[in-house]
Amino acid sequence: MKFRTRAIHVGNKRDPQTGAVVPPVHLASTYVQAAAGEWGEFDYARSGNPTRRNLEETMASLEGGTNALAFSSGMAAVHAAVMLCEAGDHVIAGKDIYGGTYRLLHQIANKAGVAVTLVDMADPAQIRSHATERTRLVWCETPGNPLMSITDIAACAEMAHQSGALFAVDNTFPSSVLTRPLEFGADIVMHSATKYLGGHSDVLGGLLVVADQQLYEELYFIQNATGAVLSAFDSFLVSRGIKTLEIRMRSQCESAAKIAQWLKEDPRVERVLYPGLPEHPGHEIAARQMDGGFGAMMSFEVAGGLAAGKSLVESTTLFQLAVSLGAVESLIEQPASMSHASYAPEDRLANGITDSLVRISVGLEDPDDLIGDLDQALGH
Amino acid sequence: MKALHAITDPIVCASTYTFADTQSVIDYIEQKQPREEYGRYGNPGEKVVEDKLAALDGGEDAVLFASGMAAIVGLLMAKLNAGDEVIFFDECYHRSREFCTSHLSRFGVVTRQVKACDYDAMEAAVNEKTRLLVSESPTNPHLSVVDLEKFGSIGRRHGVETLIDATLATPFNVRPLQHGIDYVLHSATKYLGGHNDLLAGVIVGSTEKLEAIRTLRGIMGGINSPHNIYLLQRGLKTFGLRMQQHNANGQAVAEFLEQHPRVEQVYYPGLASHRYGDVARKTMTGFGGLVTFTLKDADWKQTAAVVDRAKLFRIAPSLGGVESLIEQPLVISYFECTPEERERFGIPDNMIRLACGIEDSADLVNDLAQALES
Repeated sequence: MKFRTRAIHVGNKRDPQTGAVVPPVHLASTYVQAAAGEWGEFDYARSGNPTRRNLEETMASLEGGTNALAFSSGMAAVHAAVMLCEAGDHVIAGKDIYGGTYRLLHQIANKAGVAVTLVDMADPAQIRSHATERTRLVWCETPGNPLMSITDIAACAEMAHQSGALFAVDNTFPSSVLTRPLEFGADIVMHSATKYLGGHSDVLGGLLVVADQQLYEELYFIQNATGAVLSAFDSFLVSRGIKTLEIRMRSQCESAAKIAQWLKEDPRVERVLYPGLPEHPGHEIAARQMDGGFGAMMSFEVAGGLAAGKSLVESTTLFQLAVSLGAVESLIEQPASMSHASYAPEDRLANGITDSLVRISVGLEDPDDLIGDLDQALGH
Repeated sequence: MKALHAITDPIVCASTYTFADTQSVIDYIEQKQPREEYGRYGNPGEKVVEDKLAALDGGEDAVLFASGMAAIVGLLMAKLNAGDEVIFFDECYHRSREFCTSHLSRFGVVTRQVKACDYDAMEAAVNEKTRLLVSESPTNPHLSVVDLEKFGSIGRRHGVETLIDATLATPFNVRPLQHGIDYVLHSATKYLGGHNDLLAGVIVGSTEKLEAIRTLRGIMGGINSPHNIYLLQRGLKTFGLRMQQHNANGQAVAEFLEQHPRVEQVYYPGLASHRYGDVARKTMTGFGGLVTFTLKDADWKQTAAVVDRAKLFRIAPSLGGVESLIEQPLVISYFECTPEERERFGIPDNMIRLACGIEDSADLVNDLAQALES
């Protein structure tokens, strides 16, 4: 079955009791057992829930994995993966990662005795050169946030494995439609399901997908012990969103490509960061590991610095000023003051997040309407 | 700007709405303050969806109901009095027909049926008691396409209102109001909701014409739930994208079936061979996911065997959702009819109706190919 067919049918079997074409939303917090000590398929909803399990089954299929785990937010999923580490272990992460992941690594994981090194993943050899014998996990995002840097998943996975570490990819930006990191050798795929998977700006969720039973069992143990599971209602909403994931993603990619080209030709814009542009440094790798599109996220620098960026993000009308991304509604934000404000200022600049940088998430509106909106806002 | 600046609308579950003081109640009654009062008379989420549905169909206003049937019943009850007459094209949803012939008749309303797309017969059936002309377009399951200009002009010539149930077309493919029709009806359970997980119905038209329907809805109570309304609104955000895929899948499946040696006839407005193909191409921009076909030399059991062999297509009534469905009209909708009645309704034993979802076209065609292997 092709991707969009699996997105609808896997994890969406007819309900055996009623025949319902859409499985029921199971709200039960606990399940009645046949006898003391004889556990049925489900016992307590933190340990397992049929609605959540359906979503996990769908996502394992879409990522080409064997198992998935759904969490209450993307950060809960990242946290669970980081908890594979113990005191004394070492994590290597890309420089171009989500501010929340940066904060988790530098302000939470460090307190548990986990050391963190940020490296430029554009150069996979840096993984080897910074790895120690305690390096347990290598974490990357591609395209990176907010600079759209491209990481060669296969090359980095190999470097991580040579260093004896697990390689995890935050696959939120491309979604499973464009990139399936397990196919390139990654061990763990993470999603903020809040973004493209849910797709409608109305649910928070996170996912981990793996292709290894033992790794799954370790992560399942962490999830069950720490409890940040996705609710049944939200599992239903994410599953519902996934049914239109591919058609949404492909349409959003097409619009983004058109907008990137338009921005590139506009003199009020100094630089456009979009992997679909041939001059983007990661374009060739992106073309290899992104399937038929380059995503719907991009950043660009406007002439006039922080004030010009602020004016732009406050002047658009279709692009709404908000953090988050990946939904039907287009969003705009200023990383320096919003999504990446949790970076230390010196790290922010060192990592290329300038004050004039503006990030957009291209939604499902007509691309010409979106270009018109950017055009008028850039004129302010 | 939405409440608390949230990017999506809240689900307002309140059954009733409080007033600050007595004067506020009086202001509301004197209609100085538009606001909610009691859940049966309106809900903020309902208003949002009604505005969207009105805009999609190019209408002034829309009235949302608990189901498609609640919507048509709401319109008929609001518009017809004892002694009035309503004329239907005979290819129509059997429950709509049943409501008119078995229930509206109890209130002294006369229902006349004429052959679908026979405009002369419809005009001949009009008399001074006629109040409403009704048709589906495309019809279900034959997918006959009504010439909306002709249909609307009969109504205007005789001062009779017209209603088109455009559930199978959706506003993505046709907008009947632009062709002079007075009311458009949709079972929003189908393509508008689109995920096989809610029931809803809607009537779209002018504010003036819908006023009586809205008032009666408040009395009869066939309103939708706030949760459902939210899911419908969420579905509308991908409506255009979904319809493109439904249209593409319907066309691909119809073309595959038309060249298949076991297939006798395919009913799909997007085929050159379709009886109303010219009208369809004139009025519609796409033809949807519903495809009906008959098998060569197959009795009802041999036909059922094909239905049972399908794997991706699931056996169920309804249509318009992301999941593809398959049914044998004889079994699903007309099982209790006599053979003579089925012949009159045009439902042969060897007929299969497909509701193509938004899966990959090739997967759907492959599933049908294996199901048709004899």
